[in-house]
Amino acid sequence: MIEVKNLVKKYGSRTALDHLSFTLKENQIYGFLGPNGAGKSTTMNILTGYIGADSGEVLIHGHNILEEPEDAKKSIGYLPEIPPLYPEMTVWEYLSFAAELKHIPKKQRTKEIQKVCSLLKIEDISHRLIRNLSKGYKQRTGLASAVLGFPEIIILDEPTVGLDPKQIIEIRQFIRTLAKEHTVILSSHILAEVQEICDYILIISNGALAASGTPGHLEELAHGKESIELTIKADRSKILSVLKNISNLHRITWKHESEDSCDILIDTSTDVQRVCENISLAFAHQGIPITHLSISKTTLEDVFLELTKTVPQPKKGVKKHDRNL
Amino acid sequence: MTAIYKRELRSYFTSMIGCIFAAFLIVIGGIYFMVYNLNSGYPFFSYSLSGVIFMLLFSVPVLSMKSFAEERKNKTDQLLLTSPVPLFQIILGKYLAMTTVFAVPCFIYCLFPIIIKFQGNAHLLVDYSSILAFFLLGCVYIAIGMFLSSLTESPVIAAVSTCGALFLLYMLDNLLNYIPTSAISGLIVILVVLTIISAIVFQMTKNPVIAGSMEGIGFITAITIYLMKKTLFENLVPNILEHFVLTDVFYNFAQNYIFDLGGLLFYLSIIVLFIFLTIQTFQKRRWS
Repeated sequence: MIEVKNLVKKYGSRTALDHLSFTLKENQIYGFLGPNGAGKSTTMNILTGYIGADSGEVLIHGHNILEEPEDAKKSIGYLPEIPPLYPEMTVWEYLSFAAELKHIPKKQRTKEIQKVCSLLKIEDISHRLIRNLSKGYKQRTGLASAVLGFPEIIILDEPTVGLDPKQIIEIRQFIRTLAKEHTVILSSHILAEVQEICDYILIISNGALAASGTPGHLEELAHGKESIELTIKADRSKILSVLKNISNLHRITWKHESEDSCDILIDTSTDVQRVCENISLAFAHQGIPITHLSISKTTLEDVFLELTKTVPQPKKGVKKHDRNL
Repeated sequence: MTAIYKRELRSYFTSMIGCIFAAFLIVIGGIYFMVYNLNSGYPFFSYSLSGVIFMLLFSVPVLSMKSFAEERKNKTDQLLLTSPVPLFQIILGKYLAMTTVFAVPCFIYCLFPIIIKFQGNAHLLVDYSSILAFFLLGCVYIAIGMFLSSLTESPVIAAVSTCGALFLLYMLDNLLNYIPTSAISGLIVILVVLTIISAIVFQMTKNPVIAGSMEGIGFITAITIYLMKKTLFENLVPNILEHFVLTDVFYNFAQNYIFDLGGLLFYLSIIVLFIFLTIQTFQKRRWS
């Protein structure tokens, strides 16, 4: 449905997009996730034909966005980062203008506008000037114009930025209802949001695709393992002698150790519960108390942070070193 | 296109700029009309129009400044450029909206010759064809203003640069007297222009061979022609620049009473040129 091949975009000497390629399918919610300046907005602007790429191509339903712009743009509704609103128009005037731009037939225009207004709950303000609207209503008006005419592909650049929590929930619910019949692409730097709404996540970092997959798949991708955190009242040699007899332990990381107590992290891939039981039983058998035991899962946040890591800073390096002591 | 045209037109009249622009030109035209035609009894309204042209230099930038600069500043161009409307229609829609605003005072001017007619002798043909030339001249100015507005994000810069460009064009006739007419200065100007064009070609193609050979061939041809027939270069620069004196066409209508069809076509071709250049600035931004 949307094919993006080898996009490269440079702003002066800075590379915003570096050979970005992906393919998106129908009726799914895709999330572009990445830190600020990763190239999310640039990608969306190129997808919608607002700016051109230095090289590479974008195909929407097989139509190249630069060579057959009208055909390609017809199936896209776009809400940019800053909603493109004309302050001197009323909401209704603005939406009629957007409808005309989108070539919605005159007879259906009123009906279509009423439909999006009621979906986004902006009927009451439809005769007010956009200049006087609050940020939340402006965002909704922008969203309404993107959704107007119900194009097959709806692209939303950070749709919930600057909204209050109630509005965020409403907009998210709205996006989810859209996905039943449309392909929705949204960008965000808020992880929880993407995790909650999206079927499929594309993590973009430094202009390239760092990883992609369903939220679950990405979590597995991080290490594919779960780990057990332990605090044991014993010294290193004693602990090692006990752990020696337990199978399925991949790696033991010593986080903190002293004469009478050690904090360790054990990586394991199979049946974490079982391994926990084995460990606690083995130490109990030896009469060594375990003061803390917990299972930690790698979250999407870990994946995100790891994948979008820029050049390792010295501070981070030290931390890592500490861990592996 | 009609959507953009209608929106622009409404925006000009709801944001007052259109109203003030039209009112300003009508008042200025009215003052000239009162002084020259009513009080002094001169039967040609076209003469009064010549005075209004000077006011266009300051009022057209106000009209054209926000056409694209403001859209870019407010990022509303994203709505237009991502909608399934061809680029030339977007630009034409905006341009036609501006010319429509300008047509309002021109329509009012059409009443003035009739008033003269009531008072006695009138030269309706001269007056109405002068109003037509005046309208087209204004359209040329608007096209230049629109082009300059598409180059920048700031309406103020657009207005100031348009005002400067229009003033330069207006004064060009007088400035021509100060341009050296000798053959060698003609050659130097040709070579400088050639170098600038080659530099632009190099900037665009990044190909030193094409730009270099262009520069080389041009240099040799110019110098050979200069050595063989020196007289060709005499008065060259003033002669070329003379063609850019836009107001001459209007004066042919207004003061020489000539229906200068070629001049009108010249106006139209300049309008097309600047609309084309505006389209190109957008294309460049999207492709580069």
